[in-house]
Amino acid sequence: MITSLKNIFNDTGTITRFMARFFSELLHRPFEMKEFLRQCYFIGYKTLPLVGITGFIMGLVLTLQTRPTLAGFGAESWLPGMVALSLVREIAPVITALICAGKISSGIGAELGSMKVTEQIDAMEVSGINPYKYLVVTRVLATTLMVPLLVFFADAIGMAGGYAGINIHSDVNLYRYSSQVLESLDYIDVIPPTIKSFFFGFFIGSIGCYKGFTAANGTESVGKAANASVVSASLAIFIIDMLAVQITDLFM
Amino acid sequence: MNNEVTIPATGQVTTDKETIVLIEGLYKSFGEDNPVLKGVALTVKKGENLVLLGRSGSGKSIIIKCIAGLVTYDQGSIQVMGTEINGLTNQQLNELRLKMGFLFQNAALYDSMTVRENLAFPLKRHSPEKTEQEVTEAITAELESVGLAEAIDKMPSELSGGMRKRVGLARTLILNPLLMLYDEPTTGLDTITSREISELILQIQQKNKTSSIIITHDMACARLTGDRIVILENGIIHAEGTYDELAQSKDTWVRSFFT
Repeated sequence: MITSLKNIFNDTGTITRFMARFFSELLHRPFEMKEFLRQCYFIGYKTLPLVGITGFIMGLVLTLQTRPTLAGFGAESWLPGMVALSLVREIAPVITALICAGKISSGIGAELGSMKVTEQIDAMEVSGINPYKYLVVTRVLATTLMVPLLVFFADAIGMAGGYAGINIHSDVNLYRYSSQVLESLDYIDVIPPTIKSFFFGFFIGSIGCYKGFTAANGTESVGKAANASVVSASLAIFIIDMLAVQITDLFM
Repeated sequence: MNNEVTIPATGQVTTDKETIVLIEGLYKSFGEDNPVLKGVALTVKKGENLVLLGRSGSGKSIIIKCIAGLVTYDQGSIQVMGTEINGLTNQQLNELRLKMGFLFQNAALYDSMTVRENLAFPLKRHSPEKTEQEVTEAITAELESVGLAEAIDKMPSELSGGMRKRVGLARTLILNPLLMLYDEPTTGLDTITSREISELILQIQQKNKTSSIIITHDMACARLTGDRIVILENGIIHAEGTYDELAQSKDTWVRSFFT
Protein backbone atom coordinates (compact mmCIF):
# COMPACT_ATOMS: atom_id res chain seq x y z
CA MET A 1 0.00 0.00 0.00
CA ILE A 2 2.73 2.44 1.08
CA THR A 3 4.91 1.31 -1.84
CA SER A 4 2.03 1.88 -4.27
CA LEU A 5 1.42 5.35 -2.90
CA LYS A 6 5.14 6.08 -3.08
CA ASN A 7 5.16 4.94 -6.73
CA ILE A 8 2.15 7.13 -7.56
CA PHE A 9 3.83 10.19 -6.02
CA ASN A 10 7.12 9.33 -7.74
CA ASP A 11 5.36 9.01 -11.12
CA THR A 12 3.44 12.25 -10.56
CA GLY A 13 6.67 14.06 -9.71
CA THR A 14 8.49 12.64 -12.74
CA ILE A 15 5.72 13.46 -15.22
CA THR A 16 5.35 16.97 -13.74
CA ARG A 17 9.08 17.60 -14.22
CA PHE A 18 8.84 16.17 -17.73
CA MET A 19 5.97 18.55 -18.59
CA ALA A 20 7.59 21.53 -16.89
CA ARG A 21 10.71 21.01 -19.02
CA PHE A 22 8.53 21.65 -22.10
CA PHE A 23 8.10 25.32 -21.14
CA SER A 24 11.80 25.92 -20.51
CA GLU A 25 12.86 24.16 -23.73
CA LEU A 26 10.15 25.91 -25.74
CA LEU A 27 11.75 29.31 -25.18
CA HIS A 28 15.29 28.32 -26.15
CA ARG A 29 16.85 27.99 -29.58
CA PRO A 30 16.95 26.14 -31.88
CA PHE A 31 13.24 26.22 -32.80
CA GLU A 32 12.56 22.99 -34.66
CA MET A 33 10.17 24.63 -37.12
CA LYS A 34 10.39 22.00 -39.86
CA GLU A 35 9.70 19.13 -37.48
CA PHE A 36 6.93 21.14 -35.79
CA LEU A 37 5.18 21.73 -39.13
CA ARG A 38 5.60 18.05 -40.03
CA GLN A 39 3.95 17.10 -36.74
CA CYS A 40 1.13 19.61 -37.33
CA TYR A 41 0.52 17.93 -40.68
CA PHE A 42 0.42 14.44 -39.17
CA ILE A 43 -1.49 15.39 -36.03
CA GLY A 44 -3.86 17.92 -37.56
CA TYR A 45 -4.41 17.22 -41.23
CA LYS A 46 -4.17 13.42 -41.01
CA THR A 47 -6.78 13.35 -38.22
CA LEU A 48 -9.31 15.48 -40.10
CA PRO A 49 -11.20 12.60 -41.82
CA LEU A 50 -11.64 10.68 -38.55
CA VAL A 51 -12.76 13.77 -36.64
CA GLY A 52 -15.01 14.80 -39.55
CA ILE A 53 -16.83 11.46 -39.74
CA THR A 54 -17.19 11.25 -35.96
CA GLY A 55 -18.35 14.87 -35.75
CA PHE A 56 -21.04 14.34 -38.40
CA ILE A 57 -22.32 11.20 -36.67
CA MET A 58 -22.32 12.99 -33.28
CA GLY A 59 -24.48 15.82 -34.64
CA LEU A 60 -26.82 13.48 -36.50
CA VAL A 61 -27.33 11.05 -33.61
CA LEU A 62 -27.69 13.81 -31.03
CA THR A 63 -30.43 15.42 -33.14
CA LEU A 64 -32.28 12.17 -33.78
CA GLN A 65 -32.12 11.11 -30.12
CA THR A 66 -33.21 14.50 -28.72
CA ARG A 67 -35.96 15.29 -31.23
CA PRO A 68 -38.69 13.00 -29.76
CA THR A 69 -38.26 14.44 -26.24
CA LEU A 70 -38.39 18.05 -27.46
CA ALA A 71 -41.31 17.22 -29.79
CA GLY A 72 -43.18 15.84 -26.73
CA PHE A 73 -42.99 19.31 -25.15
CA GLY A 74 -43.76 21.04 -28.44
CA ALA A 75 -40.28 22.54 -28.37
CA GLU A 76 -38.98 21.09 -31.61
CA SER A 77 -37.88 24.55 -32.75
CA TRP A 78 -35.27 24.58 -29.96
CA LEU A 79 -33.54 21.60 -31.53
CA PRO A 80 -30.85 23.51 -33.56
CA GLY A 81 -29.87 25.63 -30.58
CA MET A 82 -29.78 22.68 -28.22
CA VAL A 83 -27.65 20.62 -30.59
CA ALA A 84 -25.27 23.54 -31.14
CA LEU A 85 -24.86 24.21 -27.40
CA SER A 86 -24.32 20.53 -26.58
CA LEU A 87 -21.77 20.14 -29.34
CA VAL A 88 -19.81 23.33 -28.72
CA ARG A 89 -19.77 23.23 -24.94
CA GLU A 90 -19.15 19.58 -24.26
CA ILE A 91 -19.58 16.83 -26.81
CA ALA A 92 -17.28 18.00 -29.61
CA PRO A 93 -14.31 18.94 -27.35
CA VAL A 94 -14.48 15.77 -25.26
CA ILE A 95 -15.16 13.31 -28.10
CA THR A 96 -12.51 14.94 -30.32
CA ALA A 97 -10.01 14.83 -27.47
CA LEU A 98 -10.80 11.17 -26.82
CA ILE A 99 -10.32 10.39 -30.52
CA CYS A 100 -7.01 12.24 -30.42
CA ALA A 101 -6.01 10.32 -27.28
CA GLY A 102 -6.68 7.09 -29.15
CA LYS A 103 -5.04 8.07 -32.41
CA ILE A 104 -2.39 10.66 -31.58
CA SER A 105 -1.30 9.92 -28.01
CA SER A 106 -0.96 6.20 -28.68
CA GLY A 107 0.87 6.94 -31.94
CA ILE A 108 3.34 9.23 -30.20
CA GLY A 109 3.78 6.73 -27.35
CA ALA A 110 4.47 3.88 -29.78
CA GLU A 111 6.74 5.95 -32.03
CA LEU A 112 8.90 7.36 -29.24
CA GLY A 113 8.82 4.02 -27.38
CA SER A 114 10.11 2.29 -30.48
CA MET A 115 12.79 4.97 -30.92
CA LYS A 116 13.82 4.50 -27.30
CA VAL A 117 14.00 0.71 -27.57
CA THR A 118 16.01 0.82 -30.81
CA GLU A 119 18.40 3.39 -29.28
CA GLN A 120 17.47 6.09 -31.81
CA ILE A 121 16.92 8.56 -28.96
CA ASP A 122 20.36 7.70 -27.55
CA ALA A 123 21.85 8.10 -31.04
CA MET A 124 20.34 11.57 -31.24
CA GLU A 125 21.76 12.44 -27.83
CA VAL A 126 25.30 11.25 -28.58
CA SER A 127 25.35 13.25 -31.80
CA GLY A 128 24.81 16.38 -29.72
CA ILE A 129 21.13 16.87 -30.59
CA ASN A 130 18.65 17.51 -27.78
CA PRO A 131 16.04 14.73 -28.28
CA TYR A 132 13.59 16.35 -25.86
CA LYS A 133 13.53 19.50 -27.94
CA TYR A 134 13.38 17.73 -31.29
CA LEU A 135 10.91 14.99 -30.39
CA VAL A 136 8.89 16.19 -27.39
CA VAL A 137 8.58 19.97 -27.75
CA THR A 138 7.52 19.75 -31.41
CA ARG A 139 4.90 17.06 -30.73
CA VAL A 140 3.44 18.64 -27.60
CA LEU A 141 3.27 22.05 -29.26
CA ALA A 142 1.62 20.53 -32.32
CA THR A 143 -1.04 18.69 -30.26
CA THR A 144 -1.66 21.79 -28.13
CA LEU A 145 -2.39 23.88 -31.22
CA MET A 146 -4.01 21.25 -33.45
CA VAL A 147 -6.55 19.76 -31.00
CA PRO A 148 -8.47 23.08 -30.62
CA LEU A 149 -8.54 23.42 -34.43
CA LEU A 150 -9.85 19.87 -34.72
CA VAL A 151 -12.50 20.72 -32.12
CA PHE A 152 -13.64 23.72 -34.22
CA PHE A 153 -13.78 21.44 -37.24
CA ALA A 154 -15.80 18.84 -35.26
CA ASP A 155 -18.18 21.62 -34.12
CA ALA A 156 -18.82 22.69 -37.71
CA ILE A 157 -19.23 19.18 -39.09
CA GLY A 158 -21.35 18.19 -36.08
CA MET A 159 -23.73 21.03 -36.82
CA ALA A 160 -23.91 19.89 -40.44
CA GLY A 161 -24.83 16.44 -39.05
CA GLY A 162 -27.49 18.11 -36.91
CA TYR A 163 -28.89 19.85 -39.99
CA ALA A 164 -29.08 16.51 -41.79
CA GLY A 165 -30.78 14.93 -38.74
CA ILE A 166 -33.43 17.67 -38.52
CA ASN A 167 -34.21 17.37 -42.21
CA ILE A 168 -34.94 13.65 -41.94
CA HIS A 169 -38.23 14.43 -40.18
CA SER A 170 -38.92 18.04 -41.10
CA ASP A 171 -37.99 20.58 -43.70
CA VAL A 172 -35.76 23.36 -42.33
CA ASN A 173 -33.70 25.41 -44.75
CA LEU A 174 -29.98 25.99 -44.13
CA TYR A 175 -30.35 29.74 -43.55
CA ARG A 176 -32.96 29.27 -40.81
CA TYR A 177 -30.99 26.46 -39.20
CA SER A 178 -27.77 28.52 -39.22
CA SER A 179 -29.57 31.57 -37.78
CA GLN A 180 -30.99 29.51 -34.91
CA VAL A 181 -27.60 27.95 -34.20
CA LEU A 182 -25.78 31.30 -34.15
CA GLU A 183 -28.50 32.96 -32.03
CA SER A 184 -28.19 30.27 -29.40
CA LEU A 185 -24.44 30.62 -29.03
CA ASP A 186 -22.72 33.24 -26.91
CA TYR A 187 -19.02 33.95 -26.24
CA ILE A 188 -19.30 32.21 -22.87
CA ASP A 189 -20.34 29.06 -24.74
CA VAL A 190 -17.31 29.13 -27.04
CA ILE A 191 -14.38 30.49 -25.01
CA PRO A 192 -14.24 27.99 -22.08
CA PRO A 193 -14.39 24.91 -24.34
CA THR A 194 -11.68 26.43 -26.54
CA ILE A 195 -9.45 27.00 -23.51
CA LYS A 196 -9.99 23.48 -22.25
CA SER A 197 -9.21 22.12 -25.74
CA PHE A 198 -5.71 23.61 -25.45
CA PHE A 199 -5.27 21.75 -22.16
CA PHE A 200 -6.60 18.56 -23.77
CA GLY A 201 -4.05 18.93 -26.56
CA PHE A 202 -1.20 19.66 -24.17
CA PHE A 203 -1.92 16.60 -22.03
CA ILE A 204 -2.53 14.32 -25.03
CA GLY A 205 0.90 15.21 -26.42
CA SER A 206 2.72 15.28 -23.08
CA ILE A 207 1.40 11.94 -21.87
CA GLY A 208 2.17 10.23 -25.20
CA CYS A 209 5.70 11.64 -25.20
CA TYR A 210 6.29 10.77 -21.54
CA LYS A 211 5.14 7.18 -21.94
CA GLY A 212 7.25 6.74 -25.08
CA PHE A 213 10.31 8.47 -23.67
CA THR A 214 10.27 6.38 -20.50
CA ALA A 215 9.61 3.05 -22.22
CA ALA A 216 11.86 0.33 -20.80
CA ASN A 217 14.04 -1.70 -23.10
CA GLY A 218 12.32 -4.46 -25.08
CA THR A 219 9.70 -4.49 -27.80
CA GLU A 220 6.96 -5.41 -25.34
CA SER A 221 7.32 -2.00 -23.74
CA VAL A 222 6.40 -0.28 -27.03
CA GLY A 223 2.90 -1.80 -26.89
CA LYS A 224 2.69 -0.98 -23.19
CA ALA A 225 3.71 2.63 -23.85
CA ALA A 226 1.02 2.99 -26.55
CA ASN A 227 -1.63 1.44 -24.35
CA ALA A 228 -0.66 3.44 -21.26
CA SER A 229 -0.72 6.64 -23.35
CA VAL A 230 -4.36 6.09 -24.38
CA VAL A 231 -5.51 5.14 -20.89
CA SER A 232 -3.71 7.99 -19.11
CA ALA A 233 -4.62 10.61 -21.73
CA SER A 234 -8.32 9.58 -21.66
CA LEU A 235 -8.38 9.76 -17.88
CA ALA A 236 -6.64 13.15 -17.98
CA ILE A 237 -9.28 14.42 -20.46
CA PHE A 238 -12.15 13.54 -18.11
CA ILE A 239 -10.40 15.09 -15.10
CA ILE A 240 -9.61 18.30 -17.03
CA ASP A 241 -13.21 18.40 -18.31
CA MET A 242 -14.60 18.05 -14.80
CA LEU A 243 -12.34 20.83 -13.51
CA ALA A 244 -13.11 23.04 -16.52
CA VAL A 245 -16.88 22.66 -16.04
CA GLN A 246 -16.56 23.52 -12.33
CA ILE A 247 -14.46 26.61 -13.07
CA THR A 248 -16.76 27.74 -15.91
CA ASP A 249 -19.74 27.28 -13.62
CA LEU A 250 -18.30 29.91 -11.27
CA PHE A 251 -18.58 32.55 -14.03
CA MET A 252 -22.01 31.58 -15.39
CA MET B 1 56.52 -13.19 -27.50
CA ASN B 2 55.55 -11.81 -24.11
CA ASN B 3 53.17 -14.18 -22.39
CA GLU B 4 52.70 -12.08 -19.27
CA VAL B 5 49.21 -10.72 -18.79
CA THR B 6 48.74 -7.45 -16.94
CA ILE B 7 46.04 -7.68 -14.30
CA PRO B 8 45.61 -4.13 -12.99
CA ALA B 9 44.49 -3.48 -9.45
CA THR B 10 41.14 -1.78 -9.13
CA GLY B 11 41.43 1.97 -9.28
CA GLN B 12 44.89 2.10 -10.81
CA VAL B 13 45.54 3.75 -14.17
CA THR B 14 48.49 4.81 -16.17
CA THR B 15 48.44 8.18 -17.87
CA ASP B 16 50.45 10.17 -20.35
CA LYS B 17 49.95 13.08 -22.74
CA GLU B 18 48.54 10.83 -25.43
CA THR B 19 45.64 9.62 -23.30
CA ILE B 20 42.22 10.13 -24.93
CA VAL B 21 40.12 8.29 -22.35
CA LEU B 22 41.10 7.93 -18.73
CA ILE B 23 38.83 5.98 -16.40
CA GLU B 24 39.61 5.64 -12.71
CA GLY B 25 37.74 3.64 -10.05
CA LEU B 26 34.45 3.58 -11.94
CA TYR B 27 31.46 2.29 -10.00
CA LYS B 28 27.92 1.92 -11.24
CA SER B 29 24.99 0.00 -9.85
CA PHE B 30 21.33 -0.28 -10.79
CA GLY B 31 19.53 -0.44 -7.46
CA GLU B 32 21.12 -1.39 -4.18
CA ASP B 33 21.64 -5.06 -4.98
CA ASN B 34 22.83 -4.83 -8.56
CA PRO B 35 26.34 -3.42 -8.88
CA VAL B 36 27.49 -3.55 -12.50
CA LEU B 37 30.87 -1.81 -12.40
CA LYS B 38 33.09 -2.24 -9.35
CA GLY B 39 36.04 0.07 -9.76
CA VAL B 40 36.99 -0.17 -13.42
CA ALA B 41 40.19 1.59 -14.48
CA LEU B 42 41.41 1.83 -18.04
CA THR B 43 43.02 4.14 -20.55
CA VAL B 44 42.75 4.57 -24.30
CA LYS B 45 45.64 6.25 -26.05
CA LYS B 46 45.61 8.40 -29.15
CA GLY B 47 45.10 6.31 -32.28
CA GLU B 48 44.61 3.12 -30.27
CA ASN B 49 41.90 0.51 -30.74
CA LEU B 50 40.93 -0.98 -27.39
CA VAL B 51 38.73 -4.07 -27.45
CA LEU B 52 36.50 -4.81 -24.46
CA LEU B 53 35.71 -8.49 -24.02
CA GLY B 54 33.60 -10.15 -21.40
CA ARG B 55 30.52 -12.22 -20.84
CA SER B 56 27.08 -10.70 -21.34
CA GLY B 57 26.16 -8.55 -18.35
CA SER B 58 29.76 -7.93 -17.32
CA GLY B 59 29.29 -4.17 -17.76
CA LYS B 60 30.99 -3.51 -21.11
CA SER B 61 28.17 -1.48 -22.68
CA ILE B 62 27.68 0.51 -19.48
CA ILE B 63 31.31 1.67 -19.66
CA ILE B 64 30.93 3.17 -23.14
CA LYS B 65 27.51 4.60 -22.25
CA CYS B 66 29.14 6.30 -19.25
CA ILE B 67 31.85 7.67 -21.55
CA ALA B 68 29.20 9.06 -23.93
CA GLY B 69 27.27 10.56 -21.01
CA LEU B 70 24.21 8.41 -21.65
CA VAL B 71 24.45 6.80 -18.22
CA THR B 72 25.58 8.59 -15.08
CA TYR B 73 28.03 6.76 -12.88
CA ASP B 74 27.96 6.52 -9.10
CA GLN B 75 31.62 6.96 -8.25
CA GLY B 76 34.97 7.40 -9.95
CA SER B 77 36.20 9.50 -12.80
CA ILE B 78 35.97 9.47 -16.59
CA GLN B 79 38.08 11.96 -18.51
CA VAL B 80 37.62 12.23 -22.25
CA MET B 81 40.30 14.29 -23.95
CA GLY B 82 41.11 15.82 -20.57
CA THR B 83 37.51 16.72 -19.69
CA GLU B 84 35.81 15.12 -16.71
CA ILE B 85 32.35 13.88 -17.76
CA ASN B 86 30.68 14.22 -14.37
CA GLY B 87 29.41 17.69 -13.65
CA LEU B 88 29.29 18.90 -17.26
CA THR B 89 26.27 20.98 -18.27
CA ASN B 90 24.15 19.65 -21.13
CA GLN B 91 25.73 22.14 -23.51
CA GLN B 92 29.29 21.22 -22.45
CA LEU B 93 28.45 17.53 -22.74
CA ASN B 94 27.01 18.05 -26.24
CA GLU B 95 30.18 19.89 -27.29
CA LEU B 96 32.30 16.99 -26.02
CA ARG B 97 30.01 14.47 -27.73
CA LEU B 98 30.80 16.09 -31.07
CA LYS B 99 34.31 14.68 -30.67
CA MET B 100 32.90 11.19 -30.12
CA GLY B 101 31.15 8.76 -32.43
CA PHE B 102 28.94 5.94 -31.21
CA LEU B 103 27.99 2.97 -33.36
CA PHE B 104 25.05 1.23 -31.70
CA GLN B 105 24.47 -2.49 -31.82
CA ASN B 106 21.60 -2.17 -34.30
CA ALA B 107 22.99 0.99 -35.91
CA ALA B 108 20.04 3.03 -34.49
CA LEU B 109 19.22 4.65 -37.84
CA TYR B 110 16.27 7.04 -37.75
CA ASP B 111 13.45 4.96 -39.24
CA SER B 112 11.47 7.89 -40.60
CA MET B 113 14.43 9.34 -42.54
CA THR B 114 16.21 8.22 -45.70
CA VAL B 115 19.92 7.40 -45.60
CA ARG B 116 20.64 10.91 -46.94
CA GLU B 117 18.53 12.51 -44.19
CA ASN B 118 20.11 10.30 -41.53
CA LEU B 119 23.52 11.68 -42.46
CA ALA B 120 22.36 15.23 -43.08
CA PHE B 121 20.56 15.48 -39.73
CA PRO B 122 23.63 15.78 -37.43
CA LEU B 123 25.70 17.56 -40.08
CA LYS B 124 23.19 20.37 -40.66
CA ARG B 125 22.76 20.81 -36.90
CA HIS B 126 26.42 21.28 -36.22
CA SER B 127 27.47 22.98 -39.46
CA PRO B 128 24.54 25.25 -40.32
CA GLU B 129 26.83 27.37 -42.52
CA LYS B 130 27.19 24.51 -45.02
CA THR B 131 25.22 24.90 -48.26
CA GLU B 132 22.94 22.12 -49.55
CA GLN B 133 25.57 21.24 -52.13
CA GLU B 134 28.32 20.99 -49.50
CA VAL B 135 26.09 18.81 -47.34
CA THR B 136 25.32 16.51 -50.29
CA GLU B 137 29.01 16.29 -51.17
CA ALA B 138 29.93 15.41 -47.59
CA ILE B 139 27.19 12.76 -47.44
CA THR B 140 28.23 11.24 -50.77
CA ALA B 141 31.90 11.16 -49.75
CA GLU B 142 31.09 9.48 -46.43
CA LEU B 143 28.81 6.92 -48.06
CA GLU B 144 31.47 6.18 -50.67
CA SER B 145 34.01 5.59 -47.91
CA VAL B 146 31.78 2.84 -46.49
CA GLY B 147 30.93 1.54 -49.98
CA LEU B 148 27.25 2.49 -49.97
CA ALA B 149 26.92 5.49 -52.28
CA GLU B 150 24.05 3.83 -54.17
CA ALA B 151 21.91 3.58 -51.01
CA ILE B 152 21.67 7.34 -50.50
CA ASP B 153 17.92 7.60 -51.10
CA LYS B 154 16.89 4.33 -49.50
CA MET B 155 14.96 4.01 -46.26
CA PRO B 156 16.61 2.10 -43.36
CA SER B 157 13.95 -0.63 -43.71
CA GLU B 158 15.27 -1.36 -47.21
CA LEU B 159 18.82 -2.05 -45.95
CA SER B 160 20.37 -5.30 -44.76
CA GLY B 161 21.99 -5.58 -41.31
CA GLY B 162 25.47 -5.00 -42.70
CA MET B 163 24.34 -2.03 -44.78
CA ARG B 164 22.65 -0.50 -41.74
CA LYS B 165 25.89 -0.81 -39.78
CA ARG B 166 27.80 0.88 -42.61
CA VAL B 167 25.29 3.72 -42.81
CA GLY B 168 25.46 4.03 -39.00
CA LEU B 169 29.24 4.30 -39.31
CA ALA B 170 28.98 6.90 -42.07
CA ARG B 171 26.53 8.94 -39.97
CA THR B 172 28.97 8.88 -37.09
CA LEU B 173 32.03 9.65 -39.19
CA ILE B 174 30.44 12.64 -40.92
CA LEU B 175 31.19 14.70 -37.78
CA ASN B 176 34.88 13.67 -37.83
CA PRO B 177 35.05 12.22 -34.30
CA LEU B 178 38.36 11.72 -32.47
CA LEU B 179 37.02 8.86 -30.38
CA MET B 180 34.84 6.03 -31.71
CA LEU B 181 32.73 3.83 -29.45
CA TYR B 182 31.52 0.59 -31.05
CA ASP B 183 28.86 -1.48 -29.30
CA GLU B 184 29.09 -4.97 -30.79
CA PRO B 185 29.63 -3.81 -34.39
CA THR B 186 29.53 -7.30 -35.93
CA THR B 187 26.69 -8.85 -33.93
CA GLY B 188 24.07 -10.54 -36.11
CA LEU B 189 26.18 -10.38 -39.26
CA ASP B 190 27.54 -13.23 -41.39
CA THR B 191 31.27 -14.00 -41.35
CA ILE B 192 32.05 -12.13 -44.58
CA THR B 193 30.11 -9.00 -43.62
CA SER B 194 31.62 -9.12 -40.11
CA ARG B 195 35.07 -9.13 -41.64
CA GLU B 196 34.14 -6.21 -43.92
CA ILE B 197 32.93 -4.20 -40.92
CA SER B 198 36.07 -5.08 -38.96
CA GLU B 199 38.25 -3.95 -41.89
CA LEU B 200 36.25 -0.76 -42.06
CA ILE B 201 36.93 -0.11 -38.35
CA LEU B 202 40.62 -0.62 -39.02
CA GLN B 203 40.52 1.70 -42.06
CA ILE B 204 38.83 4.40 -39.97
CA GLN B 205 41.55 4.13 -37.34
CA GLN B 206 44.31 4.36 -39.94
CA LYS B 207 42.72 7.05 -42.10
CA ASN B 208 41.30 9.36 -39.43
CA LYS B 209 43.77 8.51 -36.62
CA THR B 210 40.82 7.95 -34.29
CA SER B 211 40.96 6.14 -30.97
CA SER B 212 38.33 3.46 -30.49
CA ILE B 213 36.73 1.32 -27.85
CA ILE B 214 35.23 -1.78 -29.44
CA ILE B 215 32.89 -4.04 -27.52
CA THR B 216 32.65 -7.39 -29.23
CA HIS B 217 32.11 -11.10 -28.75
CA ASP B 218 33.52 -11.73 -32.22
CA MET B 219 37.11 -12.91 -31.71
CA ALA B 220 37.97 -12.44 -35.39
CA CYS B 221 36.94 -8.79 -35.07
CA ALA B 222 38.92 -8.47 -31.82
CA ARG B 223 42.02 -9.97 -33.44
CA LEU B 224 41.79 -7.79 -36.54
CA THR B 225 40.90 -4.48 -34.93
CA GLY B 226 42.33 -4.55 -31.40
CA ASP B 227 45.69 -3.08 -30.48
CA ARG B 228 44.96 -4.04 -26.89
CA ILE B 229 42.28 -6.18 -25.28
CA VAL B 230 40.70 -5.76 -21.86
CA ILE B 231 38.63 -8.59 -20.38
CA LEU B 232 35.91 -7.67 -17.92
CA GLU B 233 34.48 -10.06 -15.37
CA ASN B 234 31.64 -9.10 -13.02
CA GLY B 235 32.34 -5.39 -13.27
CA ILE B 236 36.11 -5.51 -12.77
CA ILE B 237 38.99 -5.81 -15.20
CA HIS B 238 40.22 -9.37 -15.09
CA ALA B 239 42.97 -9.26 -17.70
CA GLU B 240 44.60 -6.92 -20.17
CA GLY B 241 47.06 -7.41 -23.00
CA THR B 242 47.46 -7.93 -26.72
CA TYR B 243 45.51 -10.65 -28.53
CA ASP B 244 48.50 -12.97 -28.63
CA GLU B 245 49.40 -12.36 -24.99
CA LEU B 246 45.91 -13.14 -23.78
CA ALA B 247 45.48 -16.11 -26.13
CA GLN B 248 48.50 -17.70 -24.49
CA SER B 249 47.64 -16.66 -20.95
CA LYS B 250 48.20 -19.07 -18.07
CA ASP B 251 44.71 -18.20 -16.86
CA THR B 252 42.41 -20.87 -18.35
CA TRP B 253 39.35 -18.63 -18.01
CA VAL B 254 41.07 -15.93 -20.09
CA ARG B 255 42.21 -18.51 -22.65
CA SER B 256 38.64 -19.80 -22.95
CA PHE B 257 37.72 -16.64 -24.86
CA PHE B 258 40.23 -17.49 -27.55
CA THR B 259 39.42 -21.13 -28.15
